[in-house]
Amino acid sequence: MEDTIAAISTALGVGAISIIRVSGTDSIRIVDSIFKGVNLNQVSSHTIHYGYIVDQESVIDEVLVTVMKAPKTFTVEDIVEINAHGGIATTGRILELLLKKGCRLALPGEFTKRAFLNGRIDLIEAESVMELISAKTESARRLSMAGVDGTVSSFIRNLRSKIIELLANIEVNIDYPEYEDIEEMTVQKLDKSIEQIELELENILKNSREGKLIKEGINTSIIGRPNVGKSSILNRLINENKAIVTDIAGTTRDVVEGSIVLDGMLLNLLDTAGIRETENVVEQIGVQKSLELLEQSDLVLVVLNHNESLTEQDFYILDQVKDKNHIIIINKKDLPSQLDYSKLDGTEYIEVSALNNEGIDEIKKKIRELFELEKLENKDLTYLTNARSIALVEKALFSLQEVKQGIEQDMPIDMVEIDLKNVWNLLGEIIGETYQDELIDQLFCQFCLGK
Amino acid sequence: MEYEIIVVGGGHAGCEASLAAARKGHRTLLITGNIKNIADMPCNPSIGGSAKGIVVREIDALGGEMGKNADKSQLQMKMLNHKKGPAVQALRAQADKVIYPREMLNTLNQEQNLTIRESIVEHLIVENQIIKGVILENGEKIFCKIVILTTGTYLKSDILVGDTRRREGPHGEVPSQHLSDHLKELGFRIIRLKTGTPQRIDKTTIDFSKTKEEKGSEQRYTFSFDHIPNYELKDQIPCYLIYTTPETHKIIKDNLNKSSMYGGLSNIEGIGPRYCPSIEDKIVRFHDKERHQLFLEPESLYYDDIYIQGFSTSMPYDVQEQMVHSLPGLEHAKILKYAYAIEYDAIYPTQLKQTLETKIIENLYTAGQINGTSGYEEAACQGLIAGINASLKLEGKEPLILKRNEAYIGVLIDDLVTKGVIDPYRLLTSRAEYRLLLRHDNADLRLREYGYQVGLISKDQYQRLLHKKDEIEEVLQLLKRQKITPTLEINHYLASIPSSTIKDGITLYDLLKRPEIKMEHVKHFAMLGNEDEVLQQVEIKIKYDGYIKKAIHEAEKMVDLDNKKIPDDIDYDKIHNLASEAKQKLNEIRPSSIGQALRISGVNPADVSLIMVYLKKEYCYDRK
Repeated sequence: MEDTIAAISTALGVGAISIIRVSGTDSIRIVDSIFKGVNLNQVSSHTIHYGYIVDQESVIDEVLVTVMKAPKTFTVEDIVEINAHGGIATTGRILELLLKKGCRLALPGEFTKRAFLNGRIDLIEAESVMELISAKTESARRLSMAGVDGTVSSFIRNLRSKIIELLANIEVNIDYPEYEDIEEMTVQKLDKSIEQIELELENILKNSREGKLIKEGINTSIIGRPNVGKSSILNRLINENKAIVTDIAGTTRDVVEGSIVLDGMLLNLLDTAGIRETENVVEQIGVQKSLELLEQSDLVLVVLNHNESLTEQDFYILDQVKDKNHIIIINKKDLPSQLDYSKLDGTEYIEVSALNNEGIDEIKKKIRELFELEKLENKDLTYLTNARSIALVEKALFSLQEVKQGIEQDMPIDMVEIDLKNVWNLLGEIIGETYQDELIDQLFCQFCLGK
Repeated sequence: MEYEIIVVGGGHAGCEASLAAARKGHRTLLITGNIKNIADMPCNPSIGGSAKGIVVREIDALGGEMGKNADKSQLQMKMLNHKKGPAVQALRAQADKVIYPREMLNTLNQEQNLTIRESIVEHLIVENQIIKGVILENGEKIFCKIVILTTGTYLKSDILVGDTRRREGPHGEVPSQHLSDHLKELGFRIIRLKTGTPQRIDKTTIDFSKTKEEKGSEQRYTFSFDHIPNYELKDQIPCYLIYTTPETHKIIKDNLNKSSMYGGLSNIEGIGPRYCPSIEDKIVRFHDKERHQLFLEPESLYYDDIYIQGFSTSMPYDVQEQMVHSLPGLEHAKILKYAYAIEYDAIYPTQLKQTLETKIIENLYTAGQINGTSGYEEAACQGLIAGINASLKLEGKEPLILKRNEAYIGVLIDDLVTKGVIDPYRLLTSRAEYRLLLRHDNADLRLREYGYQVGLISKDQYQRLLHKKDEIEEVLQLLKRQKITPTLEINHYLASIPSSTIKDGITLYDLLKRPEIKMEHVKHFAMLGNEDEVLQQVEIKIKYDGYIKKAIHEAEKMVDLDNKKIPDDIDYDKIHNLASEAKQKLNEIRPSSIGQALRISGVNPADVSLIMVYLKKEYCYDRK
């Protein structure tokens, strides 16, 4: 039958509680496999249970789980809802765990779609879905299906018309092979144009990611050996700006401890609890744990101690962050210098005294620089906001790579063209101008994920 | 009832339709205005070309006649795009305009169940929207079960030259005067189309030293899968390439208002083909182009006419004289036949089902130029499909509908019935989404099975196909198994190709994946005694494996959508919020599947989503 799908069904980010919804035949079994509490397989329908979400031994969150069995549910399938404590990262981790255990990430609107297909939403509701579509103009209607705005669509249209020109040129050589007057499209000529298109696509992807940073915040982690003053710096950052979005004092080890707004920048602080812990209980585990979070970090603040010489561990940390956006902070400037600056190999750093509140502004300035936030906030960004469009651009870029590969491998131009056509189609899908498949999925795309 | 099936018109569509019907055992009557003009080639003296050449092979794979007949009459054979990939290669034959019709007539005459009769059909006998027979010009009625109209350009055709308009067909024949009016009365939407043909020149008056010779391919080819090429390469007749001159352009510009199409005649309704414009069209539309390419093509071994490909015009005779004499080598050329434009009636093809049966009149089929196409090959393949489907209907069997990923024929028919036409429809490779699958070389592998199922391919032919398939698989497996090792000798050979040497063992399969390695190199390592066509399939399968897989994957998505059927009785007025243009188009075309609906221009994805929701609601959801 239908596979089991899962998605976060509350708005991402802020909010005291996040709900992760799981629907499908295996939903109860799967949630039970990561739930520490009663055996969910044996509970009766429409009941709520207290317990923990665990990844093997480690506890991820303290949760309330609602079990609803088919058919009296929204989707007419077995549904389990996990009420977590919120925070993007925790919720994300639970979702990730579910996917690992066999759920599939729900497509936009898929719960609604299932509800409809299983007859849960009645005619009137289905009609209102249609009205929603028909309410707009013809072109807006197409766009609303795709969830893109005007700037993006004109950008995509532009790219597509460049591609179609290339395609037409290739086609004319194929269909009129003996017309020697028509310029022959060679793979070499194609190569140049491809570079340009690739650049533009990469640009919009970059913009989209930056747009996401503005909207959803910069995932930031603070890493350093015990006792270098990570928490003092954090406190300075927080004290400077009382605008803490989420309360830090969580009961569990949320990965995102809280978000702070610094000069209009939203920073999601990862694992500050870990920092505190290691500050008190001087342990190596703290550092190791922070390093594990690098993957999810958009920004890493590395803290070194002005008053101590560099250790193996410092070098290890520096090595780990070298490919990430990072800022090296040398704290305890107020104490005598013990640090051998020459060993830093000329890397940029900021000297800070958390105690005297010196250099904190420098950090903020540096963050703004790193993410070109001035530029981002001022420019009218063309960026894709929904995950579906971003995924399509990624696919298009992938196809473009295949075009280049074909060129490298000396494939005939009509083969290379297959991938180029695919790029054209994928871009068309973003603005609703080509129809690939699964219309009904698209129809429900306009609904918020997991609704 | 003497005949089961009557085919009206003896052109390329009519020949294939009547042969298919007769070969399938149905008593068939072919009615033609003039037996001498059966399988006539009134325009260019060639069969095949880009995309079209592949259609000819598809016709052959299905058991049609065009490929075999073209092989018998070829003056020159050329593989087009042979430097490009296998997906876009196609054969073109210069075909003898005397031999081609003669051989076709022979074939028709040999067919037991087929009778040919010279007459003109002016009326159809229709009762309760079902065809019952035809009425000839002399009033005679002939009854039958099925009628296939393949009247070509002969519906109310007008020949246009300069400021003159004469009601006649291509060879001064009498056209059908009333049939298209009658079709209109029956409820058909009739459109008017236009096409044209260039001058024919006396070969002995051309100075060929001022032209560039264009020879046939240096490898021998046939269209048909059933015989091996047996002509001599040196016997191929060349064509010649020339260019228009500044003087040609000046003459045309100065006399533009005398052309029928540019003011010579005030009442032109027909829309000409975009893909085959007249020379005055080319000069007006591409005015900054200094010269246009023209080919001088021989028409026959039996007479001296040379066809000027690319020079079609509707200028008056005196201007044509000047135009021709402005061309290099043709300064003193004698024009044997003047160019003309022809305007004719056609049926708007969205009124047809995928089977080529009309939606309005049951058991009436139409094929060829009457459906708005241009080209011999486009006509022939429709004739074949109409003949097959008419027969299958008589036999109470499922029709043969080729999908877009199966044949160019499928692309053509789907385009016609789904999108309609604006100008005469010509097949192009770019019309096919999955052309890598629709290759010249694999038409038999794609379609012979169907030909066998419908009964136009013999058991013997079919056995050969199965054998070929087995061989392909065997060679593939062999190449996957057999490895070469990095010996000095082998690396020496690889370096001589040149290809990079190997450090570890490698299968011949992987070796062949290298762009520079061809099957001939692989033969160096493995005893492969198979036919070239088998080895070619293996080579393509290995070299383009990734691309082929992608194409298949894409095609599967389309097939899925085509398999989502829309019930015949769907009422589009009941679907709220459908855009009005979409509703109108859907009502007109009445697509049979979601896939087809999506291909209708003016129907966008949002509309199709609404249809799908409606279908769920009305046809599944409600029943639950």
